[in-house]
Amino acid sequence: MSSIVIVGLNHRTAPVEVRERLAFPADSIGRALRGLVELEEIAEGIILSTCNRVEVCVLAGGDSYKGVTAVKEYLASYHGIPGDELNGFLYHYDGEAAVKHLFRVSSSLDSMVLGEPQILGQVKDAYGFAAEFRTVGPILDKFYTKAFSVAKRVRTETKVASSAVSVSYAAVELAKKIFGSLKDKTVMLIGAGEMCELAARHLLSAGVKGIMVTNRTFERAVKLAEEFNGTPVRFDELGTHLKTADIILSSTGAPHFILKKEDVEEVIRIRKNRPMFFIDMAVPRDIDPDANQIDNVYVYDIDDLNNVIETNLEERQKEAARAEEIVAGEVRSFFRWLESQQVTPTIVMLRRKFEEVKNAEVAKAIAMLGAEDPKTKKVVESLASAILNKVLHPPITALKKDVDGRDVTELVATVRELFDLPENGGNQPPAPDPQNEKEGG
Amino acid sequence: MHIALLKVTTAFYLVGALLYLYFIVTLKEKSAKLGRMFLIIGVVLHAIGFVGRYFAAGYTPITNLFESLSFFAMSIVAVFLVTELRYKLRILGSFIAPLAFAFSIFSAFQSGDVARLAPALNSYWLPIHVMLLFIGDAVFAVAFGAGIMYLLQEKEVKRKRLGAIFKRLPSLDVLDEINYRCLTVGFPLLTLGIITGSIWAEYAWGSYWSWDPKETWSLITWLLYAALLHGRLTVGWRGRKAAILAIVGFCAILFTFLGVNLLLPGLHSYTSLSG
Repeated sequence: MSSIVIVGLNHRTAPVEVRERLAFPADSIGRALRGLVELEEIAEGIILSTCNRVEVCVLAGGDSYKGVTAVKEYLASYHGIPGDELNGFLYHYDGEAAVKHLFRVSSSLDSMVLGEPQILGQVKDAYGFAAEFRTVGPILDKFYTKAFSVAKRVRTETKVASSAVSVSYAAVELAKKIFGSLKDKTVMLIGAGEMCELAARHLLSAGVKGIMVTNRTFERAVKLAEEFNGTPVRFDELGTHLKTADIILSSTGAPHFILKKEDVEEVIRIRKNRPMFFIDMAVPRDIDPDANQIDNVYVYDIDDLNNVIETNLEERQKEAARAEEIVAGEVRSFFRWLESQQVTPTIVMLRRKFEEVKNAEVAKAIAMLGAEDPKTKKVVESLASAILNKVLHPPITALKKDVDGRDVTELVATVRELFDLPENGGNQPPAPDPQNEKEGG
Repeated sequence: MHIALLKVTTAFYLVGALLYLYFIVTLKEKSAKLGRMFLIIGVVLHAIGFVGRYFAAGYTPITNLFESLSFFAMSIVAVFLVTELRYKLRILGSFIAPLAFAFSIFSAFQSGDVARLAPALNSYWLPIHVMLLFIGDAVFAVAFGAGIMYLLQEKEVKRKRLGAIFKRLPSLDVLDEINYRCLTVGFPLLTLGIITGSIWAEYAWGSYWSWDPKETWSLITWLLYAALLHGRLTVGWRGRKAAILAIVGFCAILFTFLGVNLLLPGLHSYTSLSG
């Protein structure tokens, strides 16, 4: 019997040194996928490789345990790492747990930053590669399509991804609430700090018009301005340029405020009260926090921004419970579909087997009777059919019945064993004659 | 027939307002869209009722408290619908629709009977003077709503705790722009309304200006908005200050319209509660 298996590691189970060794670069992923499905145990395969996780999802042909072992061995041999060295870092899921895992991953419930939006795109890319290299078949295709729609439901029906949870995103979100459109806004970057540069980058991609860069060492400003395609400004000319800046990002090493409340009051007067948003990432602070009291001036320091994202994170955590409920419901309904994929071919084979026996016995009986009378032939045939249908009715009904917590795989295996059905008949087309499915008379 | 029509619009405004309130809580777009549909149907029925009453009564029905409150509610809804269309700002409805409903229900509790028109009101100045003022006032009602939204959002950003309000209300910039736009539309209407009233007063009462309480309060209102416009254009008053003035200005409008009628007797006492 085939089952879905996921083997992988993520930021929680493995340090970056291990993750980077197991990563599959995009340019060689085709080779990795092909090699994967060439394995005897594996029918379909998809590889997800991001900086936080590497996961191989396969449809294993036989026992799921064999599938897990095959994937683990493949991961080790592909990357040339001894298998037992990897074992402690790898986790694996099969059956319903695998379904749940992928749904949670795509919905960003398993991410380092809960609700972060990139993961869904990465899962979609992984699926895209597998589709491109034809290593995805009907089951994984349905599985991933479902995962995307679950992720969409989680995103639209809960607030798990609704508010910024990084300092630079929070800064952009705030800027948008203050200025509306950022299209005609100018950013002033004072000093050079990693966080400020990141925020500047986010603001640029949010569409600000221009950026000015100033630094105590002018050369540094020139270099940074080049990087941002902005204008360098000499530090002692900051005062004259400040009035043209709408958003000010500051992180200098100055031991005292470089902009006092009076300075800001002066600038805002010259600007005729056009709003200014100061983002002060420096410790000790660059901008007098009291400037926040001035109308149309907003001053956020690093703690303020951290508080904002902390509140947002708490809200996400609350929303995550609702998201998990959505996922749980979807897992059940998908798994039911998956089970029906095993049950249908078994029923078909079971029926075909009995039909063969019946046809042979009927032919034998008619030969023995030697009757040319069409009526006799008809009676024998309908007798055989009636017995067949009545005998088969209870097991087929039992197979089709939907019972929670029932292990369908085991049941199907039992039926196959009892009636000596072939192991690999699963891919044959379903019953050709729908009439046969009905209870006959 | 027209009385029933005018009063039934109150129900539409109520449902519209409730749907917009439901929207601000749940953020379900569908609710806001449905709310807007109710307001549109309400305002269309309202206009039909207004025209119907015009023909039934033989004068423009803006002479007593029932009629003027009703017309004011209709104007607010109409101005809101235009603003919403222009700024794609559904959430504004959560503030304006309840306001329009309040005037509408106030009107619905007044007697809707058609009375004989006071001779002094029998003039073609009546529709011009009163409609200019009410439409202007409705524009200021939208500025009032935007002003409240501005103050709420500004407080949220200033105190740095970004909660439900922060997420629901639009940017400070767009709220300030609505404030300004309403001022540039409302102020000329208000000015023309007062000028036409003054000309009419010369015809009717023989004097352009007689410091009757309504005239005095109109002037106070006008001065408030004139100050806001002046401040905006010269020294760049905006944001919080402009929002507060828009709120104060609308309170002055309400007092001029209702307070003066109910509390201060004068020449303009056509719309007292008994009327």
